[in-house]
This record gives sequence, C-alpha cells and structure tokens, in this order.
Amino acid sequence: MSEVLATLSGVSKTYQKGKEKVEVLHNLDLEIAGGDFIAVMGPSGSGKTTLLNLLGGLDTPTAGTVRVGDSELSSMSNSQLSRWRSTNIGFIFQFYNLLPVLTAQKNVELPLLLTDFSGAERAKRAAIALDIVGLADRAKHYPRELSGGQEQRVAIARAIVSDPTLLLCDEPTGDLDRETADEILKLLQILNREHGKTIIMVTHDAQAAEYANHTLHCDKGTLEAREAT
Amino acid sequence: MKYFGLVWKNVWRKKIRTSLTLLSVFVAFLLFALLSAIGYAFKGGEDVADAERLIVIDKVSLINPLPQAYRNRIASTPGVHSVAHASWFGGFYQEPRNQFGQFPTNPYEYFSMYPELKMPQEQLDAWAKNRQGAVVGREIADQFNIKVGDRIPIQATIWTKSDGSRTWEFDIEGIFETDDPRGSTAFMLFQHDYFEEARAFAKGTVGWYVLRVEPGADPVEVSNAIDLQFANSPNETETSTEAAFAQSFAKQFGNIALIVTLILGAVFFTLLLVSGNTMSQSVRERISELAVLKTLGFSDRSVLGVVLSESILIMLMGGLLGLGVGWVLVQGAAQAMGAFLPGIYLSPQSILIAIAVMIGAGIVAGVFPALKAMRLSIIDALARA
Repeated sequence: MSEVLATLSGVSKTYQKGKEKVEVLHNLDLEIAGGDFIAVMGPSGSGKTTLLNLLGGLDTPTAGTVRVGDSELSSMSNSQLSRWRSTNIGFIFQFYNLLPVLTAQKNVELPLLLTDFSGAERAKRAAIALDIVGLADRAKHYPRELSGGQEQRVAIARAIVSDPTLLLCDEPTGDLDRETADEILKLLQILNREHGKTIIMVTHDAQAAEYANHTLHCDKGTLEAREAT
Repeated sequence: MKYFGLVWKNVWRKKIRTSLTLLSVFVAFLLFALLSAIGYAFKGGEDVADAERLIVIDKVSLINPLPQAYRNRIASTPGVHSVAHASWFGGFYQEPRNQFGQFPTNPYEYFSMYPELKMPQEQLDAWAKNRQGAVVGREIADQFNIKVGDRIPIQATIWTKSDGSRTWEFDIEGIFETDDPRGSTAFMLFQHDYFEEARAFAKGTVGWYVLRVEPGADPVEVSNAIDLQFANSPNETETSTEAAFAQSFAKQFGNIALIVTLILGAVFFTLLLVSGNTMSQSVRERISELAVLKTLGFSDRSVLGVVLSESILIMLMGGLLGLGVGWVLVQGAAQAMGAFLPGIYLSPQSILIAIAVMIGAGIVAGVFPALKAMRLSIIDALARA
C-alpha cells in the first residue's frame, strides 16, 4: 500500500443559498494514496467539484480538516494557499481555461512565473511539458489556432510544468468527442503510471472513469467506493 | 519584470480599444506639454529670477520712465552692490511682424548684472567702444540670420529720432548666449548713450533700474530704503525682487497659470473617465482568466499588481509619446515664436510632473478594477465561467 498523500477528516461543507443552507459534503472521511488515479462520479450538485476545490485549497471546509502531504490546508491563509497551490497542485478544467492572448508555450510557462527560474529555464521546462503531451510543434500557436483536444493537452502541460504531486481534473473530457477524450484519458494514465502523478478526476462519463484505478461515487454529500471494472 | 510579457499581452487584448485609449492619453499629454511650455513663457522668467537682483520701476506704471539722476542715489543706498538700467525700445526689424525686445543700456553694467549671459570679452569691448553698436541674443541671430559685422535697421514704434526719422541703425558687435536652458536670448541690447543722444523726447530718463544687493544684505530692507528715498517725489518708485516683478508683468496678460490649470484639469478628468472605463471593461471581460491565474497560485497582490501595471503602462505609453511629440512641437514653437513670446520652454520640472501624473492617473484609473480582480472569489468566478 502506498503512502497516504491526502486525508479528509470529518469534512463538511455548507453553502448559504439565499436564506437556505445547503450542505454539499457531510462528515466526509477520505484517504488518498500517493500515485493513485481516482475517478469521482455522481449527479450534478453532489459535491464532486467541491471535493476537488477543498483538496486544491480553493475552498475551506465548514467543519473538519483537509491535509495534503505535510500541509494542513484548513489552517493556511489565502496567500499561503496560493503559494502552496503553485508548487503542489495542477488543475485541469473542462473548458481548458487557457489565456487566449498567450501562445501555448507562454500559457504553459504561467505557473513558472511564480518561481525564481530565469526566462530561459522557464521556456525550457515549458518545452519539455509540451513535449510530454505531444504538442512540441504547437508551442507558438495561440489557443484559437488549436483544436479542443490540443487545448486540453496544453492545459495538461500547464498543470504538470511545475511538477506537482497532485493533479485535480474537473471533467477534463466533458467538452471533447469520444476519440479525443480517450487520447486525453490515456495521457492522464501515462502521467499517473509513468510520471507518478496522483490524479483525482471528476467525471460524468463512466467510460472515462474506467481509466482510473478506483471510482468513488459521490451522492448527497457522502462518498462510496466502487472498484474499476 | 517577469510579468511584463503577460501585462503587455493583456494591454493589447483589444487592439482598437487600447489604441483609442492611447490616443486620448496621447492628446492629453500633448496638450500638457504645449500648455506648460506656453504657461512657462507667460511666467516671464519667474523661475530664472535671481533672488539677489531687485527691479526699481515707477510706482504708478512700468511705462513711466525714471530720472537718470536716480542712478547714483540708488547706487549709494546701503546694501546695494551694483546698478544697471534699461529701457523699452519697442521696434521691429525689417517688417512689423519681426518684433522682439530691444533695450538701450550700459554694456558693462548690464553684462555684470546678468552673469548668466555669455559673450566673448572682445565682443563686449567692441560694443562698449561703438556708440552705435548693439548685441543680439543667439535666438534672434539665428532667426533673422544676423551676424557680427552686420549693420541692421530697427524701425521705432515709440522713439522717433531728433531728426524726425524712425529708423535706427546699429552695428552688430556681438552675439550673446545664456548658460541657463530656461533663459531667453530673444532680445537685443544697444548703447544707452546713443539712445539718449538721438531720441527726440524723454531725455534724461531710463525705463527701470536693476540692482544687485550686497551679499548678506536683506533685499526687503534694501527695497524699502530705496522706495523711501523717492517717496513724495514726482517719480515715486516701487522696488521688488526680480521674481515678483516677473509675476506682476505676467499678470498683465491675465492669470495664465489658472487658465492652463483649468484646461488641463478638464482634460485629465475626462482622461480618467476614459481610461477607467477601459480598465473596468478589460477586467470584466476576463474574470475567468483572472480566476485561473489565482488557481495557478498567483496571489491576490500579484493579480492586483498585474491589473494596475496594465493601467499604468497604457498611461506611460500614450503619455510619453504625447510628451515627446509635444517636446518637438515646443522646440519648433520656441523658434517660430521666440521673438514675440520668448521663454517657451518645456522645463524638466514639467516633464517630471507629467510623468508623475501618468503614474498617478494610471493608478487612479486602474485601482478599482484592480481591487475587483484582487477580491475575486475563484470558486464563484470559475462557476460563472
């Protein structure tokens, strides 16, 4: 059994929606092993994205604690969380969220602006990340000049360029056709198996979940484990 | 500096909108340059005034002459180091539109009183020896192509000669410069003795006296002592510092400084609205991008800095361009209008003020959009996207 990378203990998350309080996660306990690839499935509003946001330090729990590696996220300030995210977490979104004014290369370099690397070093690392996702020849292209699959590959390169331990993917294939989605999922599998990245992937797509080692089903604020078939 | 590429790309996100904003900034600072330079000219050399030089004029009006006999009495007043005098001639060269200042004076006294004026000693000596000699400033020499050795006619508009003629002829014996970049050389000096001998009226008078106080003497006390001497005489005097004299001279044309300030105030207020609107739109359009930056680890302050830098960069680009073009136009205006309005000058102080205004306006225009970006909730912004 691999070492535990992330632990959620008694985590609850409640949002205020108008006058009503909505509990999205309820007293959740979860351990995520380093190097694992987990798919999180469930209906809309079941708390999948909230779970990702808590693990990525974008949100704080109403109750309970979130620990990733040696960091207790619940007790960190906003600026500490920003710094922590820049080195520990890679985010991949459904709609890629690339900056349209920057080339693929410059988009990938963005997280490295927060480091002390020189311009040349940043460019070199971005080129390596683009090479890993198979887009070395598209470095100078702007997002509008790329297909959806290529944009998502650039987003993946941006997520891995600072070599984070944990990749958080929020429906990474939700906007792609089946063939392209499979290519992206295979790439995630490679990142997990060959580069040792721990991946938590939220998805609605059962076929996508099959690429993961485990699937967790999220419903009414609780999680239930199901083995991948 | 490492964020510069990101800031630059964001500034040019909407090229037409940015170009139009730049154009408004450009025009505002072009106006600033031109109006500052003209305002400077109307200040009448207030900034180049020497604190130890005093001007003595007739108490009633600058145009009333003072008796020449006052010279020795002023010179013997305690605290007075040296005295010179000059008068307004008011002629033109060749055609009425070629007007510039001409002043009859004493060569050595005048150049000793104004050490910032530079001319070779041999030219000064030659002028002092020639009663019909005159010297011109570099600006006049260049504008009218006047050289040492030329004999030039000046048509008098006030001072007819004893023989009824209005044409005064002068031998150019020297060309003077100034080592103060703010000072003007757009005038001509000639010998008072020639003026005194040839003019038809007002003999025995001068326009005004200039005096230098002894080192350590109190200029106010010296002024009071001089004015007291001539109190209750037919020609009472008013003695003031050179700066105060320049100010009162400029006020004859109205409060130019206030007019310039009001125009520029209106221009910059409009500019703030235009650029503030540009920045607000720019931030509104990319809420999700700013949220992504924060997700990647950009701190609240980094995001604030990026947006503020964009606003300041727009101001600096348009402003420096406007100031640069303004500077070129001011040089041209100084040459073309130097004779009528000497001292048109874009001072280093004005340039520094303009740059400070650019940065300040950039901050003011960008601060609210930048704060909005800084306070952005990542969760809400990503959910909206």
